[in-house]
Amino acid sequence: MEVVSSVKDRANSIKIRAGRVDKFVKVLLGFWALFVGLLFPLIVVLVLFKESKLAIDTFGLVKFLTNSNWDPVAENFGGLTMVVGTLISTFLAMLIATPVSIGIAIFITELAPKWLKPIISTAVELLAAIPSIIYGMWGFLVLAPVMGDKVEPWLQDKLGNLPIIGQLFSGTPTGIDVLTTSLVLSIMIIPFMAAVVRDSFNMVPAIMKESAYGLGATQWEVIRHVVIPYTASGIAGGLILATGRALGETMAVTFVAGNNPQIPKSLFDSFTTITVALANQFTEADTDIYLSSLYLLALLLFLVSFILLAIAKYMILRLEKRWKA
Amino acid sequence: MKTYRKFLNFFMLSLSTFMAIYGIFWLFWILYSLLVNGFKYLKPELIYLDPTPAGVEGGGLRHAFVGHLILTSLGTLIGVPIGIAAGIFFSEYARHNKLFAIFRQITDIMVSTPSIVIGAVVYALLVKPLGHFNGLAGAVALALLMIPVIAITTDEMLKLVPQQMREAAYALGAHQWQVIKSVILRAAKVGILTGVLLGVARISGETAPLLFTSFNNAYMNLNLMKPVASLTVTMFDYVMGPYKYWHEQAWAAAFVLTMGVLLLSITAKLVLHGNLIKPLTYIVRSFTRSKDKEE
Repeated sequence: MEVVSSVKDRANSIKIRAGRVDKFVKVLLGFWALFVGLLFPLIVVLVLFKESKLAIDTFGLVKFLTNSNWDPVAENFGGLTMVVGTLISTFLAMLIATPVSIGIAIFITELAPKWLKPIISTAVELLAAIPSIIYGMWGFLVLAPVMGDKVEPWLQDKLGNLPIIGQLFSGTPTGIDVLTTSLVLSIMIIPFMAAVVRDSFNMVPAIMKESAYGLGATQWEVIRHVVIPYTASGIAGGLILATGRALGETMAVTFVAGNNPQIPKSLFDSFTTITVALANQFTEADTDIYLSSLYLLALLLFLVSFILLAIAKYMILRLEKRWKA
Repeated sequence: MKTYRKFLNFFMLSLSTFMAIYGIFWLFWILYSLLVNGFKYLKPELIYLDPTPAGVEGGGLRHAFVGHLILTSLGTLIGVPIGIAAGIFFSEYARHNKLFAIFRQITDIMVSTPSIVIGAVVYALLVKPLGHFNGLAGAVALALLMIPVIAITTDEMLKLVPQQMREAAYALGAHQWQVIKSVILRAAKVGILTGVLLGVARISGETAPLLFTSFNNAYMNLNLMKPVASLTVTMFDYVMGPYKYWHEQAWAAAFVLTMGVLLLSITAKLVLHGNLIKPLTYIVRSFTRSKDKEE
């Protein structure tokens, strides 16, 4: 009898201990999940807000966003040039990268011979893994001289005298300007965007394409009227995701933008973006208000890219839901 | 009508092919410059010599290689356990919890946060209070960038583990942590390893979060409370610098860094898709089989 009860006790105590460990593990893992999904983004926003409070109080958010001065000596800071620079370079990069990425995705999924598909697919994926500083230093050491010496003078010669458009190609071509920056940025996001678009193209069930072919559609008509409408929200999500990346990209643009706080009037003007200003001036900021203004720029960048990425996620989720249903 | 459709088809497909060639042209140009310059300037001294005083030719980047290794390993050491812990919770405890489903989506968004913003945040938390740049802050910034990546891949890999394996273990009377430890983590370890490799590949190429945390150092430094040099920040300074031999060393460093990152990515791909790795192929196969049955 005694033996039985002692065995029972031991079994019970093991059970209790295991139950305690169970609770402990759950709380521990739960804390880190809460940290990643809630506390971490919250800390980021709060720290950025706290650090930029001085700038918000001094200049006001609206005045900061509409002021194009950036004068550390007079302590007069406005973010207009950086915000506009970020928007221009991102917009131009997307303008170049979108058709190219969709072209690559079409080529991989519909056109390439079977043996070539995995090769190009893998190449695109690996290129997306190359650190962005490599794109930046290549842009500075290789592309910028070619642009400044050959491409831009040629463009200026051919297009500089046209009315209206000519303005875009005025100024002295140096290679350190809006055009080179947007080009480098577009090259950097092409592999990433192409991979997302290719993934959504691959989601189209073969039977849908086959039915269209069965009706006598050409390959382009299948792409235009079946594949693209079917994957529209996936493509849109991929584009917005890439926009979010391009907005926050630092190293690919810092080398070739010129860090010149002015609103560019021509493609050949040097300019600055939020990330360029942060990378170049953060360690030089010697006054509180200077640093605080930089933090305000960082806060704006974080909020805008967070919202954009959330929209992109929502659109991609919608596409996935449609396929599962 | 027929000829028009045929012409349009031909035209659009040629345009797609041209776009693909255009994109691949740039990417190969970058790889070409990297390979040519990398091979030209890569010397063994680069790895075992410290830099010479600015302007004096020669020397190497030993300090940056060592610093980079320290920062990346410490970042990995901090980031991996936290990321895996969060991933396990998302998959095993909170899979059907609506609130945590939102947190998981937020984590997914944090994967793409501008890395320079993380650098600025860590500056406020770990550099300003201490009064000087330090290597620890750099490692923490890298860890923070890595955690969401690892959490998301861990979650996705654990979701591939078939439900029957969990149920079998529960039927034996196992507690949840025992199921996780002895069944699920074992079944998904290859997938988690892939996530870790991709995370390491990502942080080892980062520059922006290190600019204002670990900063840079012209000397060899093993003290984490002082500025630590990294390959990427050194490359940034050297490329912007005036000396030709700096540019050459930056090219060599870029070559080594890119090869390292690509090697990690390829290993990750091989680990996940390679036929040598049986556990995961087994999981995926049984997963698809159970799905077939449901249908």
